[in-house]
Amino acid sequence: MARASATRAPKRAAGAKDSPSSALSREQILDLYYWMRLTRALEERLVALYRQTKVVGGLFRSLGQEADAVGSAYALERRDILSPLIRNLGSMLVKGATPVEIMKQYMAKGDSPTRGRELNIHFGDTDRGFIGQISPLGDMVPVMAGVTLSFKMRREDRVGLVYVGDGATSTGAFHEGINFAAVQKCPLIVVVENNGYAYSTPTAKQTAAKQFIDKAIGYGVPGEQADGNDVLAVYDVTKRAVDRARRGEGVTLLELMTYRRKGHAEHDNQSYVPAGEIERWEAENDPVTRYVARLRDEFGFGGGDIEGVDERVRRVVDEATDIAEQSTPPEALDALTGIYADPPAEKPLWFREGTGSVVDKHERPEGWGVFEVKKGDNR
Amino acid sequence: MAEITYLEAIREALFEEMERDADVFCLGEDIGKYGGAFKVTEGLLDKFGEERVVDTPISEIGIVGAAAGAAHMGMRPVVEMQFIDFLANAYDMLTNYVATARYRAFLPCPMVVRGPSGGYVRGGPFHSQNPEAGYIHTPGLKVVYPSTAEDAKGLMKAAIRDDDCVLFFEHKYLYRRIKGVMPAGDHVVPIGKARIAREGKDLSIITYAATVWKALEAAEQLEKEDGLSVEVLDLRSLAPMDDEAINATVRKTNRVLVVHEDTRTGGIAGEITARINETSFAWLDAPVLRVTAHDVPLPYAPSLEDYVLPQSADVVRAARTLAAY
Repeated sequence: MARASATRAPKRAAGAKDSPSSALSREQILDLYYWMRLTRALEERLVALYRQTKVVGGLFRSLGQEADAVGSAYALERRDILSPLIRNLGSMLVKGATPVEIMKQYMAKGDSPTRGRELNIHFGDTDRGFIGQISPLGDMVPVMAGVTLSFKMRREDRVGLVYVGDGATSTGAFHEGINFAAVQKCPLIVVVENNGYAYSTPTAKQTAAKQFIDKAIGYGVPGEQADGNDVLAVYDVTKRAVDRARRGEGVTLLELMTYRRKGHAEHDNQSYVPAGEIERWEAENDPVTRYVARLRDEFGFGGGDIEGVDERVRRVVDEATDIAEQSTPPEALDALTGIYADPPAEKPLWFREGTGSVVDKHERPEGWGVFEVKKGDNR
Repeated sequence: MAEITYLEAIREALFEEMERDADVFCLGEDIGKYGGAFKVTEGLLDKFGEERVVDTPISEIGIVGAAAGAAHMGMRPVVEMQFIDFLANAYDMLTNYVATARYRAFLPCPMVVRGPSGGYVRGGPFHSQNPEAGYIHTPGLKVVYPSTAEDAKGLMKAAIRDDDCVLFFEHKYLYRRIKGVMPAGDHVVPIGKARIAREGKDLSIITYAATVWKALEAAEQLEKEDGLSVEVLDLRSLAPMDDEAINATVRKTNRVLVVHEDTRTGGIAGEITARINETSFAWLDAPVLRVTAHDVPLPYAPSLEDYVLPQSADVVRAARTLAAY
């Protein structure tokens, strides 16, 4: 699907009188801007660190998708749980992940949230309400079906939200997970972030369906589409789904229309993208630019309010960089701990210096090396 | 106390654990109203209700993934695979997600995945498999495979109480053929401990699951016909494996035969042999030998299945070769 236009399916005007976002306070309206701006600024700083080779692995951007991440996560309460994808840095920040944690993760520090075990934003914290993703796509849908099944079983007033990309909808795990959750009426929101590409594969090669919400019918759940680059529209559509889930009405499938302006990761030169497409989205449909315009024109925020947020973001990112850079790498032996609750650690293998070899111990039976010819023994 | 079957012992463990701990629940295909393909979960629905005995869609990835999610939240799910062969359908979820959860994300995953396993039942290629080797290879998973009714119950209780994911292989040939009297009280068999099924001094057979019984038959015959004293070690747990018990029996008899029903190449016997080689080589009077299934998918016809799978006569022949070495 070539993206001729940079405007994609805004289904309804956000901020209408009856919409959930109309209940947001002015602080919250500005808060949404803070999270989007922080997402972008943090990623830009990570790019700088990546170029300085301080980021150990690959770097994944969500440029142009900040609104869909932030707006959807903002519709949840702290007690709710979401499972992010690689382009949901914004969702994680809203849920309480800190810029310091993100930087330590990327730089593989010993005091990073995963102690250097996992990459980038692959981490979680059930207290703050986010569960780390794994790389095989679609797998988090069944997992979040189980998380929300437990909410239902324990009569807890909590909901779950899981993100998948357009690509992950093709997996068996996506299908099995959403079907399971739908049958069990789990309080789960499944968000398809349709950003046009799965690595280099355009949506038209991912599915023959006209739109992803068409799949909702097959699962017997409501499906709603929204302009993923309009943070308030995203908030509205997600909040309605969250409310349904809280009322015991089960799963909703959401499709957020957005666009991935960077490659799969920083190494990807996007040679497969038609000329002009990225530039058009940048010029005509940048979620941050769009929201700044609304803050000024619709909500009457002055330049000072917006610059105040920008300044706060700069400070937060600077401080986080300083703190994260001071941390040290993990101790090698930590690699052997915590595979199981019991035993708490694996033993180093015998050929590791200083750890003692089973062979070196010369553990031998009595009489080893002693050869006596017994009477009558012909051997 | 009356004798109960291996299958009833598993069911008894499920009942007792669900009664003891409200966080324990079962999910799987046809486990509720129908009571499971082999009736292991029969009666659970009546006692514990639909919420704790969940009939699921046919979706092994979905079921195992959902169990993991619930386990993260403090539940203790027990998943039934209708046949253990279908673990393969959930291989990604088990190995990539569940097995790594604690290590990469500090997420506890206390869950059991159980199901009927193994052959000698004319089940054909997809209802007879022994895929345990594929899972002991994955750090983060525990694997048990009992041979007696007592161990089936005690290990199931231990598996449900374990704070990590335990794959619980149940041998369907033993389901109704093997019986035992359950020890009184809260009978828990620790994971990771082998059991000496028969004491001996001339040679050791290390095995688990249905072939424990083949080994015991062989040992009986070898004693009668050859005057050989054969020790049989039933591993019970495959991950973690009881190295101490393996080394003890090797050092006692100095001759070792490893027997399993699984296919040969890449099977657990190779791993056991390597461990013995590394730690107890100096005690060996003969090479470690293996009796296993042939490297073929398991066929249906009795004449074919019986040929492919290890039989008592194979164990006897191999043991004689080993004793004469």
